[in-house]
Amino acid sequence: MPIIQVRNIAKTFYLPQPIPALRDVSVDIEAGETVVVIGPSGSGKSTFLRCLNRLEYAEKGTILIDGVDILDPRCDINAIRAEVGMVFQSFNLFPHMTVLENLTLAQRAVRKRSRAQAAERAMALLQKVGIADKYQARPEQLSGGQQQRVAIARSLAMDPKIMLFDEPTSALDPEMVGEVLDVMKTLSREGMTMVVVTHEMGFAREVADRVLFMDQGTILEEGPPEHFFTAPKHPRTQEFLSQILAF
Amino acid sequence: MHCPAALDRPKGKGYFLFWRSVFALGLGLALFAMYQASVSVEYIWRWNRVPQYFWTTEAIDIHATQEGEVSRVERSGETAVIVLRNPSGEERYVVPTATLRVDKGDLVSPGDVLGTTTRSRPGLLLEGLFVTLEVSFLAILGGTVLGLMTGLARISTNPALRWSAITYIEIIRGSPLLVQIFLWYFVVGTVVNQLMTRWDVAPIDPLWYGVLALSIFSGAYVAEIVRAGIQSVHRGQMEAARSLGLTYTQAMARIILPQAMRRILPPLAGQFISLIKDSSLLGVIAIRELTKASREVVSSSLQPFEVWIVCAILYLVLTFTLSLFVQYLERKAI
Repeated sequence: MPIIQVRNIAKTFYLPQPIPALRDVSVDIEAGETVVVIGPSGSGKSTFLRCLNRLEYAEKGTILIDGVDILDPRCDINAIRAEVGMVFQSFNLFPHMTVLENLTLAQRAVRKRSRAQAAERAMALLQKVGIADKYQARPEQLSGGQQQRVAIARSLAMDPKIMLFDEPTSALDPEMVGEVLDVMKTLSREGMTMVVVTHEMGFAREVADRVLFMDQGTILEEGPPEHFFTAPKHPRTQEFLSQILAF
Repeated sequence: MHCPAALDRPKGKGYFLFWRSVFALGLGLALFAMYQASVSVEYIWRWNRVPQYFWTTEAIDIHATQEGEVSRVERSGETAVIVLRNPSGEERYVVPTATLRVDKGDLVSPGDVLGTTTRSRPGLLLEGLFVTLEVSFLAILGGTVLGLMTGLARISTNPALRWSAITYIEIIRGSPLLVQIFLWYFVVGTVVNQLMTRWDVAPIDPLWYGVLALSIFSGAYVAEIVRAGIQSVHRGQMEAARSLGLTYTQAMARIILPQAMRRILPPLAGQFISLIKDSSLLGVIAIRELTKASREVVSSSLQPFEVWIVCAILYLVLTFTLSLFVQYLERKAI
């Protein structure tokens, strides 16, 4: 059974005039799969991602995460969210805490781990993302790339089954993009289920098992990257790819 | 420090010297003008009359309680013991030696003065200062708790909570504090105290109505400060916290409020400084705080200039101390 099942979801923002962000999106994602979502800005790809851990409430359809219907108001959304890590474009580290505290807070409050257990897990993950020596630093003392790696480690500390990435490299200086993508590649290789919204076509081509192309709130085309980047079927996809691959 | 003047051409040394002198001169002139004005109305400054209202010593006569004959006076340095004998037994009185009014063999009637002792105690101004301090401290506590709860209710999605908060804030901010004090004391206080008498309970001290009025008044302003502080924290912080599985309460307590606190503290200090000054209105409901005490001192000393100046300085000491304390907290909160 797919670990993520999305059926006919729709979402409209009222600002206050109604703006349909998603209309009738359905997709299945298997455990261990890395799915990259691309598309022009305003196409609904971030909204789609944020629906998967209910940061946005899809108003129609069903979303099953590991078999649990998260649009059911009675579901324990906090328990689901602990299983679904999320990495944001703007890192969103907690500025009033050290790196270590950023990683241990939720482990202790949600996973009920002891201080020592949480710190041990945190240090192992900081080691993995290559910034173990900065565990006592404040987020503001780190570079953008380091902050984003801490943010990834913070999500991983909950031992989630799924990781969502919302344009994780868009706010980074170009020379720091690589270090974050490297961490994500490792994760993908280790079999983490990942949904990544990104503009990094190189990453999509190299790491993705499947690429979704979204436009105007729908998934226009999907397929494995080799097919997707070489022989896109939909004219809108062709146009988009020709625009960003022109450079 | 960022100085807006840095955007203009650099200022020379003479510029600062000149304008500092202008300031000093202005200050001196103002003080001199004030003095001259007081001289022109033939006011006589008597600063020496002020200290007694901070700390006062009063003479207390020691009276005999029974009739009898002084059988003995035992002098031992500073104090003396008078022994009074009558048919029913002996009575002893301790009196400062220097003020002894009787000697051995004297006949004494009840009420006769045997000697005079002195007692020192805080004067009216100091007592008033303590009352102001007490009322302000309690009202700051009450206002903080009330403001925090109302601020959180104000941003809640629950209409009952949100509308209650809005109603409370708008009503309190829309009427004068003096009127609110009257309402609490003369309307609510009358009702409550009548009920208390009916149930044979001691009526509540006016001080508590004052604390209540000030707490509720400042709570409304604190609520808006808290709300603005919380909303100034980037929404990504709440999203990040919730995406990790924290509940709303956990995220608020651990992530949002600690960050909001830094932005809440400066306006909160301003609010509490206002509160200390507003406590001067409580004199109208028979609470003898600093201002009311000063008014009483003025009417007994007949030295209004000194007393009101001292009163203002005492308020300044309170508010400035609070301001320093909050600055210290601000530095501590990263």
